[in-house]
Amino acid sequence: MMVHMKPSSGAHVGANNSVSHIMWQVMLALSPATAFGLLCFGWPAINLFIITVLSAVVFEAFCVRLKGRAAKPVIMDGSAVLTGWLLAITLPPWAPWWIGVVGSGLAIILGKQVYGGLGQNLFNPAMLARVALLISFPIEMTIWANVSPLFFSHSPGLIESWHITFLGLDNIDASTGATTLGFIKAEFSQNHLLTDILKDYSGFLNFIGGTRGSLGETSTLLLGLGGIWLIRQNIIQWQIPVSLLLTVALLSGFFHFADSEHYVSSLLHLNSGAMMCVAFFIATDYVTSPNTPTGQLVFGAGCGLLIFVIRTWGAYPEGAGFAVLLMNSATPLIDYYIKPRIYGRDRKGKPLEIPKS
Amino acid sequence: MLSFFKTPRIRGGVHAEEHKTATAALPIVSNFPLPKKLYIPLQQHVGKPAEPIIMVGEKVLKGQLLAYSQGLISAPVHAPSSGIIVDVNDYPAPHPSALPIRTIVLETDGMDEWMETQVAPDPFKLNPEEISFRVGAAGIVGLGGATFPTAVKLNMGRENHVDTLIINGSECEPYLCCDDRLMQERAEQIIDGVRLMLRGMENTDAINRVSTNAVVAIEDNKPQAYVAMRAAAEPYAQIKVIQIPTRYPMGWDRQLIRYVTGKEVPVGCRSSEIGVTIHNVGTAYAVHKAIRYGQPLLGRVVTVAGGAVKRPMNVEVLFGTLISELFDFCEVNKEEIARIIMGGPMMGDSLPHAGLPTVKATSGILALTQSELKNTDEQPCIRCASCVSVCPAGLRPLDMANNIRINQLDAAVDIGLKDCISCGCCSYICPSNIPLVQHFKYASGEVVARQQAQHKSEQTKKLIDARNARMERIAQQQREEELARIAAKAERERLKAEQEALV
Amino acid sequence: MIYLFFVIFVFFVDELIFLGLTGNNMYVFYAIVSLTVLGLLLGLLLGIAGKYLKVESSPIVDELEALLPGSQCGQCGFPGCRPAAEALAEGNAPATMCPPGGSALAEQIAALLGLDLDLSDVKEPELLVARVSEDTCTGCTRCFKVCPTDAIVGAPKQIHAVVADACIACKKCVDVCPTECLQMHPVEVTLRNWRWAKPLNVPVQPMGTRRNAVC
Repeated sequence: MMVHMKPSSGAHVGANNSVSHIMWQVMLALSPATAFGLLCFGWPAINLFIITVLSAVVFEAFCVRLKGRAAKPVIMDGSAVLTGWLLAITLPPWAPWWIGVVGSGLAIILGKQVYGGLGQNLFNPAMLARVALLISFPIEMTIWANVSPLFFSHSPGLIESWHITFLGLDNIDASTGATTLGFIKAEFSQNHLLTDILKDYSGFLNFIGGTRGSLGETSTLLLGLGGIWLIRQNIIQWQIPVSLLLTVALLSGFFHFADSEHYVSSLLHLNSGAMMCVAFFIATDYVTSPNTPTGQLVFGAGCGLLIFVIRTWGAYPEGAGFAVLLMNSATPLIDYYIKPRIYGRDRKGKPLEIPKS
Repeated sequence: MLSFFKTPRIRGGVHAEEHKTATAALPIVSNFPLPKKLYIPLQQHVGKPAEPIIMVGEKVLKGQLLAYSQGLISAPVHAPSSGIIVDVNDYPAPHPSALPIRTIVLETDGMDEWMETQVAPDPFKLNPEEISFRVGAAGIVGLGGATFPTAVKLNMGRENHVDTLIINGSECEPYLCCDDRLMQERAEQIIDGVRLMLRGMENTDAINRVSTNAVVAIEDNKPQAYVAMRAAAEPYAQIKVIQIPTRYPMGWDRQLIRYVTGKEVPVGCRSSEIGVTIHNVGTAYAVHKAIRYGQPLLGRVVTVAGGAVKRPMNVEVLFGTLISELFDFCEVNKEEIARIIMGGPMMGDSLPHAGLPTVKATSGILALTQSELKNTDEQPCIRCASCVSVCPAGLRPLDMANNIRINQLDAAVDIGLKDCISCGCCSYICPSNIPLVQHFKYASGEVVARQQAQHKSEQTKKLIDARNARMERIAQQQREEELARIAAKAERERLKAEQEALV
Repeated sequence: MIYLFFVIFVFFVDELIFLGLTGNNMYVFYAIVSLTVLGLLLGLLLGIAGKYLKVESSPIVDELEALLPGSQCGQCGFPGCRPAAEALAEGNAPATMCPPGGSALAEQIAALLGLDLDLSDVKEPELLVARVSEDTCTGCTRCFKVCPTDAIVGAPKQIHAVVADACIACKKCVDVCPTECLQMHPVEVTLRNWRWAKPLNVPVQPMGTRRNAVC
């Protein structure tokens, strides 16, 4: 009975959560949109998804082994799978296999492990990889496949999909096109007006996801629902998504109101591109976002502002990746200046005055 | 509109699984068999240890003074039962280290014979000073766990013209429900104790007279206690009973003060300086017994619970009862115990074994099984900032822990290490199972140790300088004496030569 | 910096003059001459400034010496605290050089000298205190004559005693004691000086607190 037990301090009991639990919850929230996207883009998209996630896990295991630690517990925390998953849903669904592998390598090695692994990275690994790929391989990263759902006669079959993934697409023009944002940007550059550009635009298709784009760009509905579920599960806080979406909506609303022929409406902004994915899944990444609710509001607003600016006046049709990376680099600064007030002290850390009664 | 902004709010905190149902419905057990031997530590309170006034071999009666309080902040210790003093020596303390503490060992004679007690016929005729004196003499300390001498608090309340007395009945720690049962079963006595405390804090100074009101705050997960206390407080206008939300750490005095009064206690101040003082319900009950019946604080209600306890209960025990005896009474399965905890599972400390006495601070003894404990498999911090959002003090535990890991304690102090109250919320919520509170306890101790080391090195330097100066002085003196001797010798020889020349 | 701009300016002026006026390659020669003269002049100026504006010996050594324990114990390998402070100021000794000072002192020294400090390797000094064994003490008084802090009290032919609070564990008394009755003992852990241990099982050493690197 008289076993001497090591002194251990409170709390002796704990909440029922763990790192891997959080990661799996996020993946669960992503899965409807991902499944729908995979359905829409068929076998080549499934190939690319599997390749990207698997190679992320392999790179993670490799790095951990290089450090001389056991790889299994680190893999089991799910962070590498999640990084691979997030990267995969931001790639063009019919991109060749090496885009996925190179992207995973960039995300895991350059985006995460060189900083010291989980929790130490300054930039969101998936976004870092996506942006690096976009700059390095602009052609491959901007070929967007038409919607060609699984088991449809004109969709590529399993065998054909291997050809697309591993050898490349033969007849590019026949089966690809531009995303909504890319199309608008191109048309604007030819001085067309918005009413002409949006003749064939269907807000509904964009909303449910039947449009060209990466898996994480198409279905506003499913991504948004997944995100709201995450907030309800208390995995993410509402501050970043709300301030991000609100900032974009307000800015675009204001400009659209001022000049509706040259500025896209708020609804189209929120409904297209990676807006939902970024607001709920990318910008809310714990590691690279601020710690305090106020800081998170600032962070979200900054992301929103940058997304709007890049989309409207920048060279790229979609600026979410750049916006998140830029705000990631501002996170330490936000955390430095926006801190919670300590009980009994003022904002500057001085003890409060005793109130005169 | 202004009042909307001033609405007192709760900050941070967690909603821990309560585990109270096992004991909350059972009445307080008061037939605990009298132990053969009681081990009564001389320091069961904050401040200086008490000084024994009895001899080994002396026969003492129940309630007799064993050790008197030393200094301003201290509390006396009384004999919990009648018997013979068999030893005054060092015994393991109920502390995570179980290091020795000076302890009186009392062999009980089974008679439980009371000494004569001093009973006030109408305590409300007593001077406020007399009340706090008697409370002090009864050895009453804060029974919520802080063990600060109650009489000192009453005096401070009187001197600072406190207008609000908060009675803390929140009992926010999981598992514990000794206060809950006490409020359900002895509400009238507690309210009487509250009235006596109010009287004890009354300022008789006619000019600055402030009428003090009492607020009994009870978490809303104890509806029966609330009903009982409300009924007991009905006749007294100056005592209000309120319900507060259930959220750990609601019972942290400063959180409760902010919630009840809307005032925040500045860092480095006592709550009485802003006109509020706070006591535990158990303390109020002890005050009632001390003033009405002249009985010093000899025992308390302790919750014995946890997965390894077959008969969990709230039991009234005498101070000095060994925890192992309590475990036997409650039929604890010793094989299943993974950790013994004194206090609640959030703030309590582990005890290395059960051969330790219960003391005034023991609100609960938990015998937890492995499955109840938090996973200790530590993972890297993912900066989820849960710890920031649950911290009731507004700290950033993750940054503090990062600094402590690389031994930059000064940086940790700069971002608020000293404002940490070790409530355990951050450790509780951390998904990576990082022992944050232990990091902070380690760092706080280390900071104190470094300050002491620095103080010692300054003292040492003074000693060395003094010694060098003394050595220098002695050497100087010796040189002067030497010179004087040489001069005297020369003088003598000159005189001798002169004399010889004369002759 | 100004010097550099000046040289470049002169060079250009020379170039312009000679290109414009003579049109031959003499400007290379003049450039060399003018640069040499300029260099010599400025060098001379610096030399003079160095001589007349000389700062007296750095006060940093005094500050360092004030930080060090001053017990001249010699555990650092230098013959006393002053030489140790000089070595620190010259950069010949690490901030963690003083064993009795431990990491608290190392932090102060590093702050004073503006050094980066890795404290993870610093061994906290094991706290020792001298104790007299009553059985073998002969009252020879040698020990309290060498004690730098007067921590040993006693009288000839009487048992000596160590004042633990003043003892700095320099071990000088142990060396002179003829009967080996003076020994160093680790300081006893009591409830008053017991401290929580640092949590051990840290799976990842963080690279540093990058969030605080911003300023």
